[in-house]
Order: sequence, then structure tokens, then C-alpha cells
Amino acid sequence: MTAAAAPLLSIDGLRVEFDTRHGSVAGVRNAGVTMRRGEILGLVGETGSGKTLMCRSVMRLIPRPGRITAGRVEFEGRDVLAMTSSELRSFRAHDVGMIYQDPFSSLNPVFRIGNQLIETLRVNLGLGKAEAHTRALELLKDVGIPDPERRSLSYPHEFSGGMRQRVMIALATASQPRLLLADEPTTALDVTTQAQILDLLTRLSRERQMAVLLVSHDFGVIAQVCDRVAVMYGGYIAETAPVAAVYRGAEHPYTRGLLESIPRIEAAGHATRLPTIRGVPPDPNESLAGCVYKPRCPYALDSCDQVSMALEPVSPDHTTACPVRPFHGAGASQTPHAGAQV
Amino acid sequence: MNGSPALLRVVGLRKGFGLRRTLAERISRTETDPVLAVDDVSLELRRGEILGLAGESGSGKTTLARCIIRLVEPDSGTIELEGVNVREAQGAELRELRRRMQMVFQDPYSSLNPRMTVGAAIHEAGRVHNRPGSEDRDQFVGAALERVHLSPRLAKRRPRELSGGQRQRVAIARALAVGPELLIADEAVSALDVSVQAQLLNLFLDLREELGLSILFVAHQLAVLAEIADRVAIMNHGRIVEIGDAGAVFGDPRDDYTKALLAAHPHPRLSDVA
Amino acid sequence: MSTIDVLAEPSGPTPAVEVRRRGRIVRDLPLEAKIGAAMLVVLFLAGLLAPLIAPYGQNQLDLANIFSGPSGSHLFGTDGTGRDVFSRTLYALRLDLAIVLAVTYPPLMVGVLVGAVAGYFGGIVDAVLARIVDTMIAFPFMILVIAVIAIVGPGVKGVLIGVPIVAWALYARLARSEMLVLREQQFMLATTALGYSKRRAILRHALPNLLRSSLIYSTLDMVVNLLLLASLAYLGLGAQPPNAELGSIISDGQSTLLSAWWVATLPGLVVVLFGIGAGLLGDGLSDGQLRGRLQ
Repeated sequence: MTAAAAPLLSIDGLRVEFDTRHGSVAGVRNAGVTMRRGEILGLVGETGSGKTLMCRSVMRLIPRPGRITAGRVEFEGRDVLAMTSSELRSFRAHDVGMIYQDPFSSLNPVFRIGNQLIETLRVNLGLGKAEAHTRALELLKDVGIPDPERRSLSYPHEFSGGMRQRVMIALATASQPRLLLADEPTTALDVTTQAQILDLLTRLSRERQMAVLLVSHDFGVIAQVCDRVAVMYGGYIAETAPVAAVYRGAEHPYTRGLLESIPRIEAAGHATRLPTIRGVPPDPNESLAGCVYKPRCPYALDSCDQVSMALEPVSPDHTTACPVRPFHGAGASQTPHAGAQV
Repeated sequence: MNGSPALLRVVGLRKGFGLRRTLAERISRTETDPVLAVDDVSLELRRGEILGLAGESGSGKTTLARCIIRLVEPDSGTIELEGVNVREAQGAELRELRRRMQMVFQDPYSSLNPRMTVGAAIHEAGRVHNRPGSEDRDQFVGAALERVHLSPRLAKRRPRELSGGQRQRVAIARALAVGPELLIADEAVSALDVSVQAQLLNLFLDLREELGLSILFVAHQLAVLAEIADRVAIMNHGRIVEIGDAGAVFGDPRDDYTKALLAAHPHPRLSDVA
Repeated sequence: MSTIDVLAEPSGPTPAVEVRRRGRIVRDLPLEAKIGAAMLVVLFLAGLLAPLIAPYGQNQLDLANIFSGPSGSHLFGTDGTGRDVFSRTLYALRLDLAIVLAVTYPPLMVGVLVGAVAGYFGGIVDAVLARIVDTMIAFPFMILVIAVIAIVGPGVKGVLIGVPIVAWALYARLARSEMLVLREQQFMLATTALGYSKRRAILRHALPNLLRSSLIYSTLDMVVNLLLLASLAYLGLGAQPPNAELGSIISDGQSTLLSAWWVATLPGLVVVLFGIGAGLLGDGLSDGQLRGRLQ
């Protein structure tokens, strides 16, 4: 992946606000990522981090009363935020696809699976009836639905969660989009089904050179599927890096804290306490000056009150919003202030 | 722990749910087998032990947990709490048994009455069971909250003003307020963020040490059980397919289903992890 | 993991973007509800204080001044026998609103209780209660009320007896269906796990949660009942003269609608204002219910 290749998706300085009776609240305060063609990028964060909003911003699907108040979203060089509604519709139909968390409500219960697929093909791709029918069956087969001819006549409630998610994926990728947004696609599924869906997504991405933005709170999922990961906290991006680099050495204290607090099967029988991040995630109502992670950070310094949460590169392809760099270079000898042990 | 008598004994527990029968089936009097949510389950929980109960959705683990405290009535089998027959208890005896086995539910957003303040909910629990100290409301509630590492100032709040992690702590405080010996955590951390989940898991371990609680920890995430459980039971289709020390079950599984579960657990691609 | 960490953060983040602190619940109501509530409060107070604030008696004749239009001394003008329409309207409000309250809220309380019990217990209890409820709802309402009036005679009594017979059933049905959902909520399951009596579970835990939608519905119900009263009076079946009653005042003014429009129209406007106020309040309260959490 050369740096010279133009990015597929470029988000910069994104800010998403909600108007409430108590004033404006920012769900995403200032965030940006870039994605290359065919890349699988994970967006990981906890509740309130802004990851879902960020994902939806790509398609401008922010529910009211939210709005994008600042930033740039560019897809293949085109300004998404400036698109007219017909351009946007075409964009959503052909260039980007999206799948959601809940496989039970994302398909219309009163239409057969096959018909929902055919509708997309006819409306978005302008295929004729017979053509759409054949293509629909191909798509169903491609996402691993056995006996597509018979299955396409079923209604959504006759399918299991995993099958519905496959249908969702078929619908979303029917028009061969270059980017697929996957918002917690496996959270509601059993672990065995989850594994299958993740494999499917990986395969489709490789086969079609389709980029995938995978949003999840589950680091294990991200690590299994993604090439790179962006960690979000409090409406900002705290760190971006290849998955391997994050495991070898995360640069942002939040990323480290998060990784350490993830339960691991290997711990079985060894009864040790999980290291935890003390405190609680930030309140979206309050805007803090300086580093939004400071209240919980064991490495915080007074100078952290002036931090701008801008991402700085540590190495090519690895950026962090933490200027203290307690694990790297000059800051590497720093010991944490209060018992965060590795 | 070895050799100490079992606090909870379950033998041959069965619970089935009747399938809806179509009109035609009813007329022709066709017999449809009920779906067995819990199929001949036996297990033991010793004092001070944390037993993990793992399984995917539909495995029957939640039904099993609810049968134990008779939130759902089992069809057959034995449940004994320190020798006392749970299934046959009625009235005051049942109430006392329930006091000794408390449950913490999964959904932090619906496990607390939205119309009651935290303090009211906790105090009520103490009063209904005449717990020592419950006459002094502020003292009782304050102590209960501090036991779960929450500030007593939260007593005046309502659930909607609290985060998911805080609500779960309140739910635990409410359960502890009646002085149970056994805590059943039914997916109690599954709906929480990872960092909050870690805090709650440590809390459960603390409570086990400080209060000598036994815990039946129901969860679908194997890693969570690996961190907290002494022993683990794996459920599939209503049956326990494997049970043993956590290290043994996860490190050297015997049953094919257990192996499949472990294999499906998301893990980083091997080449990536140092 | 020390206690200090979490103790230091007693407030924590609020999951919803709005926060309700004690004592500010009223302030946080949506604007609609506040306007509606204000309108209703004004009208109820006007009725309550009628004897104090009415400038004239409700039957004070002034034959020299019949059919005079709205003026400084007669805000709503006078009717065919010189009675001050404004004063009559105030007294009529007093009577009508009292009746409306009496036929709306007692049935609400009875109905919600019955519905809660039916929904909580299920089984045979529910089967029996639900059938009774269904039967009452199936009654042709107006005909029942008129039938009662035919038995006890015209006047307020007929409405006070006839309406509650059926009204409770609507609340029962509402409360029952809510209870069916509510009883599966985990905090209700917790009441069983905690060993609480069923009585405590229903009265202390379920009821406060069931009341909300019934109260919202009652704002609509009040308007319907007021209109029912007014319609009956209009037909001559309600409160008898000389008692002032909104429907009869309007009915009296009907024949002179074009010449002395104020006699019928202005009291009618008061009825409309009541309807708007109740509607706004109900809408405002139910919007609050749908306002969910923001992620």
C-alpha cells in the first residue's frame, strides 16, 4: 500500500452535534480517518465514544436532532457533505453499503427475501425482472445461503439471525459498492455464527477489493478481521494503527488500558484481577479543555490540560493523540502515577 | 474448597416449554414434544465458589438460573439449598430461601424500577426481610452502596440518572441488602462496556472474598468466565456437556461442542500477536 | 481496585442527554404540556373561584339590559333575561368541571387497579376480568347514559351514574396491556426474586409505572366527558335550569345566534379552550414518553 495511492475515504475534523433542550451536545467532537481501497478498518470504542455516529456520517445518516456541524467527508475525491439529495441517493445506492447490528428489524418482515433483493437490483441497478432474479440468486449463493432458489421465497422470520445478516450483506453489496459500513454486525449473534459472518466479510472484501469500515466495541472481533484500527474515546480518535502494532505496543494510554481490561480465555484457572481503567467515560454534556482522557489517565501531567487531541504520527501509519507518549521514546521510562499495572 | 459441603445442589432438573400446536394438530390430537430448555441438569455449587455457566442463546442457561430461584417452575428434578428442598417450599419458607439466593439480571436499563430512587429500592429490600440495620434508612443504604463502591450520595438518584455500570452496581447492592449466601449473576455484565465490565468483574471477586459469597455466573462470553470462574459448566441445548475446573475446561476441552465454542471465539490472527 | 476510584466520581455520566434533577421535573416538561397545563389551571381556578370572582349572580336578572353585547360591565354580554353571560359561564364551569373530574378520575383509579391485577396474574383471573372489561367497552356508551337518565330523571345524576359504569373499563384495558409487558421487565422479575409479596409488586412497583399512560389518556377523556355533558345539556337532559351549565347556556343562545352571537359563542369558546388545553397537555406528556435515549 503506497502512500501515493489516493485514499478511498477521507474524513477530517468531523463534528456531530445534537440539539437538546439543554444546549448542544457533541457526539463526535473532532475526528478523522482515512481508508484505502480494499482495506478493512476497525473503529473501536465504548458507549459514547462516537463510533456509530462517525460511521453514519459517511452516508450522512445521522438521525435528528443530530447534525454534522463541521468537517470534511470525501469519497473518491468527492465531497459527500456537499452532495445534493439526488447525488446522495445515488451515492448511497451505488458507492457505499451499510449493514447494521440488529438482523431482526433490518429486513422488512412482510416481503420475501428474494423480493427485497430483487427490488434493490431493479431500482438501484436498473436490471430487468429476469436479470434481477438471476442476479439475486447469485448474490444469495455468494453470501453462503444454501439452496437459494427455495430460500429466496422465505420471509425474514423464517431465517435465523446469522442467515438474516447474510441477506443484509447481500442487499448491501448488491450494487458492488467500494465501501461497506458495518455497524456492530455481529454483536447480536452467537459466537459461532459471528465467526462465520466475519469470515464472509473478510472474503468479500478480498474478492471484490471492497473496503470495510467495521464498527465494534469488541476488540477481539476487530483484531480478527481488520488490517488497521482506529480507537475512539469521548468523541475523538485516540489512536490509529495496524492491528499488529496495537497489540505489540499501543501508544495511547486509553488503548493500553482498554486492551488490558479485556478478559482473556488464557486467564482461566489463574485467578488474577483484571487491570481496569479507573473512573467512568466522559459525559457528552460536558466539554473538557485539554485531553478528554486525562481524568482517568495514570500518566497524566499538568500539561495535558492544553492538549488538543490532534493525532500525531509515531511511525508511518501509526498515530496517537497523546503527546506524553509514556510508552515510547523519551517518555518510555515514565511510571504510572497510580496502580495501573500491565 | 474441596470437601466443603455443597451450598446448592441441583439434580436431574427438567423444564420444557410446550410448543404452540396448530389447530389441525390440536384436532387430530397429535402429540408434539415440548422443547426442553433444561434437560436433566445436575450441578453443585460449594460455599465461596464461583461457578461459571456458559452457553449460547437457547442453551437453557438463563432458564436454569431462573428455575433455581423458582422464577420459573421446573417440571421435575431436585433443587436443594444447604439441604433444604427449594421446590417444595411455600410461603414464608420460600421467601426465606429466596432471600438466601439472589439474582442480578442482565439489563441495567430495566432491572431497576424507574420510578424508585436508588435508596428507596435498597431500603425496601432490607425492610421487607427485616434485615438488621434496616431501621436506620440512611445508614443502611449508605453501607449497601459503599459495599459496591458507590458513593452514598447516589441514594437520592433515580436509575435514569445513572450509567449502565452504576445501575448494575445498584442492582447488586439491592440483592446484597437482603443478606444472601448465593448470588446468581444472569449475564450481569454482558450489556456493559469492556472497561466497566472489568470493574464489575473485580467487584464480584471482591464480594466473594469479603462476604464469602458463592456465585453462579451465567454468561455467553467464555473469556469473562475464564477471568472469574473457579469451575465452569458448558451448556448446549439444555444439557451440560462439560463441567470442571476453568483451567481444564478451557485449556484442555473434552467435548466437541466446547472445542467448537473455543475455536469460534474471536482471536487475533496468529501472525499479528507478539 | 480501590474504592476511591469510583467514590471520586459519584455523579458519573448520564446515559440520556437530558438530566432530570429533583424538583425540576416540572421545568423539564415540554412547552406544549406547560401551555396546556396552564390553560387548564386557569379554567379550573375560574370555576373553583366562581362565587368570588363572578361579577353577578348566575341568575341575576336585569330585564332592562337584555341582549346587550360584550362591554366593560358585561364581559360576555347579557342573554335574553339580562343575565350576565360571563358569570353564568363561570358558574357553569364550576359545575361542569366538578362533574368531569368526578367521572374521569375515580374510574381511572378503579380501572387501572383492575387492569393491573388482570395483567399481573394472568390465567383464570385475567380471563374473567378481561371478559368483563370487554363487555363494558362493547356497551353503546351514549345509549347507556341516556337510558340511565331515563330511569333517574334528567339532571346531573344521570351522568354521574352512567359514565363511570363504562369509563373504568377503558382504563382497565389500557392498564392490562401495559401490565402484560411490564411484568416481564427485569425489575418486576426482581420483585419475585427478592421475595416481595405480589401485593407489593403490583401496588408499589407496577402501578406507578402504569399510571402514566392512563393519565395521558385521561386528558382526552376529560374533554370527551365535558362534551358529553354539554351535549346532554344541549338536548335538555343534563343539568336543569336554573343551574348554569355550559351546554344549556349554549343551547339557550342558539336561537339568537345571528343577532346576539355572544350568548352561545363565547361560552362555546371556553369549551374549545378546555379542549385545546387538555389536548396540549396530553400531547406534551406523551411526547415525553417517546423521547428515548440518545447514544
